[in-house]
Amino acid sequence: MKGYRKYFLNKMVWFLITLVCAFILNFILPRLMPGDPVAVITQRVTQGMQSQSGVQAVYNQYAELFGTKKPMLEQFILYMKNVAQGNFGISFSQYPRPVADIIASSIWWTVCLQFPAIIVGWLIGNTLGALAAYLKKGFDKVLMPVSIFVSNFPAFGMAVILLVIFGVGLKWFPTSGGYGFDMIPNVSWKFMWSVIVHYQLPFWSIVLIAIGGQAIGMRSMSIYELNADYVKYSRFMGIKDRKIIGYVFRNAMLPQVTGLALSIGTMVGGALVAEIIFSYPGLGFTMLNGVMGQDYPLISAATLIVTLMVLSATFLIEILYGFIDPRIKAAQSD
Amino acid sequence: MKHTIQQVFRSGKFLFGFIVFMTLLLITIVYPLIIRNAPLQIIGQGTFFPPGIYVNVYDSIGSPPYTLNLTDAAANRIASKLSNEDRLAMQEWLVADGISESQIDISDTKTLLDQWENNYDPTLNIAGMTLAKKRYYQRLNASLKGILSTEGAIIATNNPQTGALDETDTVTQSDYVNINQVPNVRVLPLGTDNFGRDVLTELVSALATSLKIGFVAGTVATLIGLTLGLLAGYIGGLVDDIIMFITNIFTIIPTFVLLILISYSIGQEHRGAFTIAVVIGLTSWVWTTRAVRAQVVSLRNRDHVNLSKLSGHSIVHIIVADILPYIASYVVMALILQISSGILAEAGLSILGLGPKTTEVPTLGLMMNWAMIYQAHVLGKWWAYFPVIVTIALITFSMNLMNTGLDQVFNPALRD
Repeated sequence: MKGYRKYFLNKMVWFLITLVCAFILNFILPRLMPGDPVAVITQRVTQGMQSQSGVQAVYNQYAELFGTKKPMLEQFILYMKNVAQGNFGISFSQYPRPVADIIASSIWWTVCLQFPAIIVGWLIGNTLGALAAYLKKGFDKVLMPVSIFVSNFPAFGMAVILLVIFGVGLKWFPTSGGYGFDMIPNVSWKFMWSVIVHYQLPFWSIVLIAIGGQAIGMRSMSIYELNADYVKYSRFMGIKDRKIIGYVFRNAMLPQVTGLALSIGTMVGGALVAEIIFSYPGLGFTMLNGVMGQDYPLISAATLIVTLMVLSATFLIEILYGFIDPRIKAAQSD
Repeated sequence: MKHTIQQVFRSGKFLFGFIVFMTLLLITIVYPLIIRNAPLQIIGQGTFFPPGIYVNVYDSIGSPPYTLNLTDAAANRIASKLSNEDRLAMQEWLVADGISESQIDISDTKTLLDQWENNYDPTLNIAGMTLAKKRYYQRLNASLKGILSTEGAIIATNNPQTGALDETDTVTQSDYVNINQVPNVRVLPLGTDNFGRDVLTELVSALATSLKIGFVAGTVATLIGLTLGLLAGYIGGLVDDIIMFITNIFTIIPTFVLLILISYSIGQEHRGAFTIAVVIGLTSWVWTTRAVRAQVVSLRNRDHVNLSKLSGHSIVHIIVADILPYIASYVVMALILQISSGILAEAGLSILGLGPKTTEVPTLGLMMNWAMIYQAHVLGKWWAYFPVIVTIALITFSMNLMNTGLDQVFNPALRD
């Protein structure tokens, strides 16, 4: 256990460092831009407003709200304090709803949609990739070009095509939203069913994209491992094929786990755009609303939450990896 | 070098990807030379005109008529006005009116119309028929008037003196014009978009812009990645630690989030296609850095590099002459991938509404964004979004195919 502790501590420290950096970037990037953000916001909000003193009052109010008149460091401390208390300010576009409230109502949609989809896609993709490497011939010949094509398909393109075929054309599934537009969220079978039906298209569009990329990766890893010396040696030793394949796939799997940790950010980005296509009430759609409504606090909070989600997911996968990969135990216990 | 290139082009995957990519590139160069329409010019008054050949009606009346006696002309004319659904609806009404179903043959247009003419009464109330349905029959009845007439249409002009209409010409049902003799014909192979712009011209221009964005983003990312990777890998020590620290952080922070933050901060007015490309490049160098560094670390202590060091060559010389050739293949592959992911990143940003500003150039992402905002996918206007998706998929597909091909050439372990 001692070896693991070192590994986990190391990962934990990295997690915290990246978290702080992401936090600083989230704070500083919008403030690095030339010009006065409050002036820009005021200009957007007060479009068409005649009275000069009114504009000035709005400006002062926002300047007070964001504390832009204070020195940078003080602003940062204030920002940290607020975020720690879950206070992201008030939304512009859905005034006077607090941003934290909007985020809280959309985050679970995203979490429940994306992570199961990515994991299912990863599992199916790896199985197919391993099979392609092992079976070769026909299966590989069909699967590989299809995987390459699917994985290069833009996430939103896949979403649109599924939507048009199954939503608009065949009318099997609804085309937009997270549940029926005539419903109020409650705990009833009817509502649950509506949620499940609305879930299908976004879910499968993310899964399909993930399958392609993972299958390609797993296939090359498996081919690489199948040609490794230890496989030949095992064959000479007369070990059964089934057992060798067990070794091979275990070894090929490990880089795929790391690969998942590293690519989860990109996948989440693509899935956020897919959410927009389906008007799924998650963070992607919230972000779109933020952009459309010039809602700076909402965008800032949404990006921070997405970063936090991705960082946590990466951290979890790395912890899991520590348990699966025996080399980590060996390396750390030296 | 020559041998390597020969080898690369012998790879089927690479060649196929290369041909697809080059075809796309050629289209963006040749198409504007032949068809010189401005890509963002609004030509259609209205949204989403379907694909087809648009012939000017006024000019075709003025063009010399040719008489062609085609037997199926009347049938086609009626069929275009009287769809199968309408026929079924007519049968339904007639049956409800009391005519037995066996007497009605919906494929026999003439008898069906006769039966309709004789029996239909717009004022008749049929039990259980909704008002909407009743109105539908009234509209249908109105549209059927004169459907079987064999007389031509009269062309008249307004006489400015008397204010009366003077007959100038008649168009008979067997008149045809030769499309080559009509002065104004516009072919819209992909129809028009929500603003009434020619989708194909726009698409080609968007493809060119998106490719440029991809190239700029890819070049920026690869240059940064290469420089940092070389520095970290070759110099090592503290420089390596610092660069890898930054790289590790940016690996985990999702680039999409950074892109959103930066694009939003730049603001709509300053977001040109070039700016977006540079921003994408600035946020996607991480992978190249990691890979280049890993390769350089393994090369650093090879004999030929050590020999070069002993001979007193400068660091620049060693990097250029002894290290770069070994990682060149990798860098090219990374560049290809960066270009395709740059194009995808632009599209993703544009759909979020954070793409390049909309007034100057179309990009593939912007076209997608417009189609989505105007609900083209729900309305069934496939020509507004489907060609865009296919184009994006073709670019990324061809580039990844090239990449896979190169990978197999340079990395023998992956060969089948």
